[in-house]
Amino acid sequence: MAVDRRRVPGEVRAALFFLAPGLLVIGLFFLLPIAASVLLSLTDFDIYALGDVRNVRVVGLRNFSRLLADPLFWTSLRNTFYFVLVGGPLTLSVALAAALLLHSKLVRWKGLFRTIFFAPYITTLVAVAIVFRYLYHPRFGGLNRVLELFGIPAIDWLGNPKWAMPAIILLAVWKNFGYAMILFIAGLQAIPESLYEAARLDGAGRLQLFRRITVPMLAPTFLFLGVLTTIGYFQFFAEPYVMTGGGGPLNATLSTGLLMYKQGFRWWNMGYAAAIAVVLGLVILAFSALQFRIERRRNA
Amino acid sequence: MKRPVASVLLHLVLLVGGVAALAPLAWMVAASLMPTGEANSFPPRFLPSRPTLVHYRELFTRLNIGRTFGSSLLVASATTIVSLLFNSMAGYAFAKLRFPGRDRLFGALLVAMVIPAPIAMLPLFLLLRSLGLVNSYAGVVLPAASTILGVFLIRQFARGIPDDLLDAARLDGAGELKLYRKIVLPLLRPVLTTLAIVTFLATWNDFIWPLIVLTDERRYTLPVALASLVGEHVQDTELMMAGSVLTVLPVLLLFLLLQKQYIEGITLGGLKE
Amino acid sequence: MARRRRELALLLSLVPAVAGCAGGHDGRATVRFWGMGREGEVVRDLVPDFERKNPGVHLVVQQIPWTSAHEKLLTAVVGRSTPDIAQLGNTWIPEFAGIGALDPLDGSVAKSAAVSAERYFPGVWATSRYDGAVYGIPWYVDTRVLYYRRDLLARAGYPAGPRTWSEWRDAMWKVKQIQPPSAHPFLLPTNEWEQLAILGLQKGSPLLAENGTRGAFSGPEFRAAAEFYVGIFHQDLAPIVSYSQLGNAYQEFARGNIAMWMTGPWNLGEFRRRLSPTEQNLWMTAPLPAPDATPWPGVSFSGGSSLAIFRGSQRKPEAWKVIEFLSDPAVQARFYALSGDLPAVRAAWDDPALARDEKARAFRVQVERVVAMPRVPEWEQIAQHTAERLEAAIRGRESLSAALAAIDRDVDRILEKRRWMLARRTGGHGR
Repeated sequence: MAVDRRRVPGEVRAALFFLAPGLLVIGLFFLLPIAASVLLSLTDFDIYALGDVRNVRVVGLRNFSRLLADPLFWTSLRNTFYFVLVGGPLTLSVALAAALLLHSKLVRWKGLFRTIFFAPYITTLVAVAIVFRYLYHPRFGGLNRVLELFGIPAIDWLGNPKWAMPAIILLAVWKNFGYAMILFIAGLQAIPESLYEAARLDGAGRLQLFRRITVPMLAPTFLFLGVLTTIGYFQFFAEPYVMTGGGGPLNATLSTGLLMYKQGFRWWNMGYAAAIAVVLGLVILAFSALQFRIERRRNA
Repeated sequence: MKRPVASVLLHLVLLVGGVAALAPLAWMVAASLMPTGEANSFPPRFLPSRPTLVHYRELFTRLNIGRTFGSSLLVASATTIVSLLFNSMAGYAFAKLRFPGRDRLFGALLVAMVIPAPIAMLPLFLLLRSLGLVNSYAGVVLPAASTILGVFLIRQFARGIPDDLLDAARLDGAGELKLYRKIVLPLLRPVLTTLAIVTFLATWNDFIWPLIVLTDERRYTLPVALASLVGEHVQDTELMMAGSVLTVLPVLLLFLLLQKQYIEGITLGGLKE
Repeated sequence: MARRRRELALLLSLVPAVAGCAGGHDGRATVRFWGMGREGEVVRDLVPDFERKNPGVHLVVQQIPWTSAHEKLLTAVVGRSTPDIAQLGNTWIPEFAGIGALDPLDGSVAKSAAVSAERYFPGVWATSRYDGAVYGIPWYVDTRVLYYRRDLLARAGYPAGPRTWSEWRDAMWKVKQIQPPSAHPFLLPTNEWEQLAILGLQKGSPLLAENGTRGAFSGPEFRAAAEFYVGIFHQDLAPIVSYSQLGNAYQEFARGNIAMWMTGPWNLGEFRRRLSPTEQNLWMTAPLPAPDATPWPGVSFSGGSSLAIFRGSQRKPEAWKVIEFLSDPAVQARFYALSGDLPAVRAAWDDPALARDEKARAFRVQVERVVAMPRVPEWEQIAQHTAERLEAAIRGRESLSAALAAIDRDVDRILEKRRWMLARRTGGHGR
């Protein structure tokens, strides 16, 4: 029965054949541009260069030093961190709460509720961003109308620099919590009931059960969702593009991704935009690494 | 005695949550049926006074949304089919075929997977420009035609295929291509189904890349067309809502239809890591 | 297996479709035209007429929204996927000509019987020139005048609209007294830079200094204009909203929640279309007020759109036919009737529909007092940045002086490349 599979003729050739299309696409359209991005960020490639390549200057790290001195960049970075650090945990909290509710033995029609909560995740971001934009209108929008029932005075959601980001975060939480909820439910279902029973025998209360068993057992799910949500949220773009006319009011919703788009594809300062992209990429990488490290230390 | 009270309370909370989750979508549908101007009235209305389809008619006749719909369908289907093919081929090769340097190559790809995509955007655009692919469907489809994540997921799944099965077929004289078609693809079916749904939905909903690459109104996908429509018709709330309904409805229906596979799929993908 | 093969076949069949389609339509030459916003829509209505007169040409019109038009056009240029002919905002011509995207038209003009300089308003004809060559043929004139609620302004004592800045502010105050509390006399969207630039031009600011290589925004002229502009918001005479956050401006105007709006000729058509017949006598137009102690009317900018042919076009002669067709006085008059856009060709103003139109009259007066925006490729970026920056002053986040100084600093940085290019050219390395 022992066929020496290492020597099967043609297997290497077959592998080449099967790998070629995928690797070609990944190499040409992903890896190559990433390397090129770093090179691009060292030039002042711009609209004049698009007309005539001789108008490119190699500027070294000047784009980066300009970036660090650009208040707009810092504003965008602050907004992006605001979105990630508030929106991310909020999304996961709502998701966990929903998952706990749906995991409860007392709840009926679980499938129905699960579908309803998950539905926003499926929707097209641009479309629902437009819907929310109208719902946020201070006079004609439904949200203020609902808040009015509770005696909360009208808020100019997207027009007030203080409220614009919370408004966008609310949309993000609404849209994304369903996905995390599904994974949390799966994580909860994987926790053996016997663990809870043993702890109950030890006299643990509800809160203790949650803290000592549920949370640690969900740790891998938390890590996965944390990294995933962070990476996604760091790149937010469509919400301000569609809802606040490109980052307004007063650049309160200008994300770093949007700044890159504007510099690169609106004004064609592609060298400068590439520098923004590289910095954003590094920030995302660092943040993901940090989450992995925290998780590892907790386990150690 | 406490149980019923707690149960009622739980359901109440869920009900409120459910309403909050659905209300924006419900209002979208309602506003799309309102006569012009009604969605901008004070106090705000939640239901149309007399439902009308006039905005949908305008979208199809004057704004030619049918064509946009076709663009979205074409881009999403083409991306799904091509990426399924390419990813399954590569994933299978990494899982089951022996060739020198396989694990090192795969490891390198995994490392590259953590690099966020936006970094690549600007040079990718310049590359597509030199290939003459700006403002073509190919410019949207090709960069998504294979992804490291897709290759990875298929490889994980394909590792479960027993070697004996493949070797037996080889002994019977089956070529590698036939092996892939007759044995591997059918066995990969569950993961392919999941990937197909995920890819289709993601492509349908994708915004930034089509926005950058497609310059021509006739090739716009729905999200790009919507964002562009909002620039011109921001005043026409009801029209915009009709456009949003047409964009969201197909994916929602698709989801409701394939819900089971989809949710199983993302649960699998999530726990595998 | 048969299914797999079918999928593969489907895949292959996509390739030609994906690779982009061009070419003949029943043997006629296809000319692709990009029009913006409402204009794009209206040109579609003129297509049958054009094709009847030019049986060999098939004209395909695409509409792109104004808000993303500049981006889309540049992307097309960069991606080498330009149409044959497009409507270009006059302020964009230096930019597109500067990157070599446009075909010079002097040769065609010299040969043409239908297009010649003296048929146009001189200030308008000048705006589509760059570096001594003609890159666009003016299509319609755009400038800003004051749209106002006749009844409200009459009650405020200005039935024909204010004529000086003092009267203007006074009119706003008086209208505010008779409006409901949440309403505002003036609509001045914070994201639109044109109004701000016009106020600057009215005060005599050049906007850019030193041959368009430095900002002139902290100069006394622009500062005076900016003070007036920011003051309007500080006194709550205009709502602090961008255009996109507005509900429906026309509806708000009809409800009396807005009484004045500085906007362009395309809105003649929009007001007529969107307001009911009974509301039509509510609105009127007037030329712009002038700063105190300067002649009335105050200057407005010489904007509008020109028709330009792209260098990459394979259909230049046919595209030129489209320009000649659209420049015909009768077609210009018809275009006005359809869109409300004002003819760039003088003769078209004699058309009875236009000559009799009392709401267009303000534009006829205004068009004699127009000034061009700075003619540098970076202008669009500078102008938007300026409006963004002043929003901080409007909202009291920054003092006006600080904002203006910052604008000049940023503008100097944006224009660095241009200074380098100019220096290189005079140094003898350029074209």
